[in-house]
Amino acid sequence: VKPDLRNNRDLIAGLLFIVLGGLSVILARDYPFGTTMRMGPGYFPTVLGGILLLFGAYVLLRGLRTGEKVKGEWGWRPLAWITLSIVLFGFLLDRAGMVPATVVTLLVAAAAGREFRFKEVLLLAIVMTAFSVAVFSYGLKLPYPLIGSYY
Amino acid sequence: MELLSNLALGFGVAFSLQNLAYCFIGVALGTLIGVLPGVGPLVTIAMLFPITFHLPAVPAIIMLAGIFYGAQYGGSTTSILVNLPGETASAVTCIDGYQMARRGRAGPALATAALASFFAGCVGTLLIALAGPTLGEWALRFGAAEYTSLMLMALVASAVMTQGDAVKGLAMVVLGLLIGVVGVDVNSGMARYSFGVPELTDGVGFTVVAVGLFAVAEIVANLESREPREVYTGRLTGLMPTARDLKDAAWPTVRGTAMGACFGVLPGTGPALSSFATYMLEKKIAKDPARFGRGAIEGVAAPEAANNAAAQTAFIPMLTLGIPATATMALMLAALTLQGIATGPQVMHDKPDLFWGLIASMWIGNGLLVILNLPLVGLWVRLLTVPYRWLFPSIILFCCIGNYSVSNNPFDVYLCAVIGVLGYVLVKLECEPAPLLLGYVLGPLLEENLRRALLIARGDPTVFFTRPISAAFMIATVVILVVMVAPAARGMRRGT
Repeated sequence: VKPDLRNNRDLIAGLLFIVLGGLSVILARDYPFGTTMRMGPGYFPTVLGGILLLFGAYVLLRGLRTGEKVKGEWGWRPLAWITLSIVLFGFLLDRAGMVPATVVTLLVAAAAGREFRFKEVLLLAIVMTAFSVAVFSYGLKLPYPLIGSYY
Repeated sequence: MELLSNLALGFGVAFSLQNLAYCFIGVALGTLIGVLPGVGPLVTIAMLFPITFHLPAVPAIIMLAGIFYGAQYGGSTTSILVNLPGETASAVTCIDGYQMARRGRAGPALATAALASFFAGCVGTLLIALAGPTLGEWALRFGAAEYTSLMLMALVASAVMTQGDAVKGLAMVVLGLLIGVVGVDVNSGMARYSFGVPELTDGVGFTVVAVGLFAVAEIVANLESREPREVYTGRLTGLMPTARDLKDAAWPTVRGTAMGACFGVLPGTGPALSSFATYMLEKKIAKDPARFGRGAIEGVAAPEAANNAAAQTAFIPMLTLGIPATATMALMLAALTLQGIATGPQVMHDKPDLFWGLIASMWIGNGLLVILNLPLVGLWVRLLTVPYRWLFPSIILFCCIGNYSVSNNPFDVYLCAVIGVLGYVLVKLECEPAPLLLGYVLGPLLEENLRRALLIARGDPTVFFTRPISAAFMIATVVILVVMVAPAARGMRRGT
């Protein structure tokens, strides 16, 4: 029987560790390794990357043996919306100001939920924006322009 | 009595109007956020840390500690009224607490939890005051080798003791250590893993890691699950427990406190394991074990006492050795470091006002919690009915503002999104994020001490085994690793 590799939990985890560990080792080759007595900047990350590789290999092999699947569905849709909302916040705060950034972030983040009731979300956005402005701009005196560019 | 004069100093600091106010704000905010379902203390601290960032060190740490135990406390309210714990430590309280609530005894359950936590919190704080100086005195003899072994022990323990798989836990520690490497190496001045991005030469900010790993990943995981949460919506009547309740809860509280206090000091174990262990103990010694799981008051008092005692004593290694035992303490340590305070044995001598002021404020804060919680419980209950679809966008927003405000740089916000994606994938692959956070915070310290230890020993790695204290830590580390492969220990971890 050919083992089913799709969604194999430990196989993916193992691969992830191997890739990250491998990258760490490769990148650390640019840093002087030094000796055990006088460690260079490359020593610690190289050793760590190697250990991560080994752990990854172990986890990967175990995944091949047990074949356990990832539980539940992958929530790519909510992940995409949430990630987008965070990125937009960073992008807008400098360029458009605090108020547009908070409103957009709330609207986009809310789209990640299972149900999206526009009026309700709009109300939430207004309330939370007013609250954030009150707390962060007036209360904590963070120096971000409410509307308009930083520069 | 040196202790008394120290405490007097501490209360002098903590009772200043400013610090009292920050303690109150911290406790209130911590409870407010911690009560929200699905938001544990870690996310609460990560989210609220930026507020304390611009304060001077003493009020900042007092407020942070207030946020921490407030959140811890708020979590127990949630686990009694909602069948969904905000964090693993209160998962056990859920079992009997929610059953009590369903039987119309939500009031006594909440009051018992509050009083048990208060008792445990006070005892835990007393233990910090007593054990801190002694441990600190002893730790003054630690050299680089001892610190290296101690950190190794803490990291291995945290990886092995979390629920889930030990090998993955260890891999997560290593991954955390690698994230900690990012930035300029202090010894050589060389930028590592910064990919030419100037922002990365300062390293990855800890709010970025904590928020991405816990808040973002957690929210996405919650959104994808389709189980509706059960909220107790009945009216709260009769808050006070009866005399019989108090009698039934008294000894379990004491036992829970004792157990929690011991577990809290041990690296990696912390509140979650202690509340589980004490629940098992109570069930074992009860005359009628069948009552457990069906609303036994002992099943609320003991784990609540245990997790609060553990939460309190977890401060001991963090404050006196500079080695956090849990992910939450790692966050506190990182926050202190950002405030420019090097924790460790010298903190009691260098900054007695900070150390003793913090301890005194913990007593005050625990008292404030009881005052806040018992009469205001109706308010917290109403918070539970706030739908998640309103909560999560707001949490995301505050995380963004918080992240931005630490560095005033959108890069941190972008990085947080990246770590959020990584965190979510790791959660789905059942890799616990807590060991990663601990590794990330301890990484730079570990490298520094490892380098120094080996430099002093002229490159001879046996130094970790020839110095007695270091050898003891190393042996403990090996024992922990060996126990990990024993099937019995595995069963216990899975059991949580």
